[in-house]
Amino acid sequence: MTIPIEYYLILSAFMFVVGIAGVLTRRNAIIVFMSVELMLNSANLTFITFSSYLGDTVGQLFVFFVMTVAAAEAAVGLAIIIALFRNKLTVNIDEINILKW
Amino acid sequence: MSLDLVLFVIFALIAAVSAVLMITRVNPVISALFLILNFASLAGLYLLLNAQFIAVAQVIVYAGAIMVLFLFVIMLLKPEHEKKLLAVNKNIKIFAYIVAALVFLQLVYMIFLGKPNTGENAQVAASINAGTIEAIGYKLYSNYVLPFEAAGYLLLAATIGALVLAKKKFE
Repeated sequence: MTIPIEYYLILSAFMFVVGIAGVLTRRNAIIVFMSVELMLNSANLTFITFSSYLGDTVGQLFVFFVMTVAAAEAAVGLAIIIALFRNKLTVNIDEINILKW
Repeated sequence: MSLDLVLFVIFALIAAVSAVLMITRVNPVISALFLILNFASLAGLYLLLNAQFIAVAQVIVYAGAIMVLFLFVIMLLKPEHEKKLLAVNKNIKIFAYIVAALVFLQLVYMIFLGKPNTGENAQVAASINAGTIEAIGYKLYSNYVLPFEAAGYLLLAATIGALVLAKKKFE
């Protein structure tokens, strides 16, 4: 607890921003997806930091729920990517535009 | 410098560098491996923050289950001409970095000038107690039992949905 809380928050903010840059620059759907996971994890780090510094358990409970949702999201999202790959033989998100008006 | 700070700097550096490498590598398998490294160093940070249960869950659920799923899918779908995927419009790239920098500045502004209520001296005893599996289990099965059940149904729905989606062709 000798570390200032800001250090953790800055690290978390940096990881979130790297996730944003990854989502916007990469064209491979799987890597975009991994960047989303990175952003979820940076939010988790903030939750744990505050939970620990305030001595309250609830933040860690929410991280537990975020992990559950992330697992469900990863399973469904990767299934969607597999289905798309079967149909269009690509994972490039620029070519996956069947829902685009 | 205390041991805490040294460990924090090591883990934070690994986390930050592996995150950057994750979004810049060409090969998706290498990206996934750097993401695993990032998750592992996050687990170390959670241990520094006295969150033992979440640290273990992080290694098992994220670095274990979820990333194995990612690696499976990456190896299942041959990443054809990955170079072409990287050839992104220059303007989009510049725009992306500007957006990222703006968000980062905003967050830093909020962190330093918003003065998060840290409570001058964090209570170490309360913090250690908050991270034990006993405290988390007590909360989980008393106040938060309904969200816990809902999470179970969510996982069931996700499993069925993934099976249906990945089973055969649409058509």
